[in-house]
Amino acid sequence: MIPPSFEYLRPNTIPEAIAMLQQHGDAAKILSGGQSLIPMMKLRLARPAILIDINRISGLSHIKEEGGYLKIGGLTREAELEVSPLVRSKYPILVDTTHVIADPQVRNLATVGGNLAHGDPANDHPATMIALGAQVVANGPKGERVIPIDNFFVSLFTTALKPDEILTEIRVPVPPPRSAGAYLKLERKVGDFATAAVAVQVTLDEKGACQKVGMGLTNVGATPVKARKAEDFLRGKKLDDDAIAQAAQLAADQAEPSADLRGPVEYKKGLVKELAKRALQLTRERVSK
Amino acid sequence: MPKKQTVRVKVNGVQREMEVEPRLLLVHFIREKLGLTGTHVGCDTSNCGACTVVLDGKTVKSCTVFAVQADGAELLTVEGLLRDGKLHPLQEGFKQEHGLQCGFCTPGMLMSTYALLEKNSQPTEQDIRWGISGNLCRCTGYQNIVKAVQYAAGKLAQGGPR
Repeated sequence: MIPPSFEYLRPNTIPEAIAMLQQHGDAAKILSGGQSLIPMMKLRLARPAILIDINRISGLSHIKEEGGYLKIGGLTREAELEVSPLVRSKYPILVDTTHVIADPQVRNLATVGGNLAHGDPANDHPATMIALGAQVVANGPKGERVIPIDNFFVSLFTTALKPDEILTEIRVPVPPPRSAGAYLKLERKVGDFATAAVAVQVTLDEKGACQKVGMGLTNVGATPVKARKAEDFLRGKKLDDDAIAQAAQLAADQAEPSADLRGPVEYKKGLVKELAKRALQLTRERVSK
Repeated sequence: MPKKQTVRVKVNGVQREMEVEPRLLLVHFIREKLGLTGTHVGCDTSNCGACTVVLDGKTVKSCTVFAVQADGAELLTVEGLLRDGKLHPLQEGFKQEHGLQCGFCTPGMLMSTYALLEKNSQPTEQDIRWGISGNLCRCTGYQNIVKAVQYAAGKLAQGGPR
């Protein structure tokens, strides 16, 4: 399959890239890892007249803790996240997530920023970043602005990013002591989108009750779903089997999947319930270690 | 028509330069412009891994990369595995252990497992299966591919050529 013709631009700095976006507006698309965009162009689902390749811009690829946040550069590859000692030691939910994104070759190119900016509710990082309470940093003509993840996903394939903005960084609050999380996904085969997936991140207080709870759901709605009812229910409660079962049901209630080749609606809701239960159990196990 | 772009790449150790249309995919650049037809077009949808090549040390699916993106890079294709007329231990392993039947997926399998052994010279069976999880084989059931990689790892441990 041959993608439609486009003009190729390769800026070396963020201001240069933003100027190009300002000049070309909607006709232009940012080329990051390209692992979603190029397949869409081959299928003619996307036909940008201009591609702005940001891969040569320096300073967009990093994984570091700074000022109370884990900062992940927009261009950071999934494969880099997967092997990062910092991520492996403190952010098991991110390791879970990056492990189940596509396959090794795709992860070598695919970027964390792209996974979010694409605005696809079937992508994996959105639910995880919702659970983690992350922030998205966007750079535009007026400088930098920080968008809370809960305001980032607007509708199918649409995010809060403006046409002249670039996602440059993702910020995850450094988890306090007694925190843990997990991301569990069911996929038909390696490389497939999730039939459904559940992300959980909790912080317990000194008595073992949930102080902070974040839960996100993948591919069960037009946008990534924040399982707010389950979060509210768990806050202040201990993660015992009964609370977990009730929270899992609340998460399933909030899922609005559509029937497709991956299964009917009832099946997917049942799957969310089971994955939520297991993710909460795994989180409980991890937090007690 | 959009402006053509210059692509300079070092392919299997040889510097090449060409003018290409931006929409030209890396796999077509390799096969049609460079004449290296060992890299296969399989599914053309970044699922099967038959088009896997090593770009600056990392495996990529060359059906899902534009040739212009590879400008300035080093590229290794299956043709580059042969050294001084001798098969790479992986190629030898695929032959000895019947790691292929129809052979269509083999170039991609070789490149993925080459990159795997570069990072991890003594992989476990699980490491190997994880390493080829982006490559589909419709013939072998993967058993003999795993054995072929184990064979190569054994050869390399004995100090065979890399």
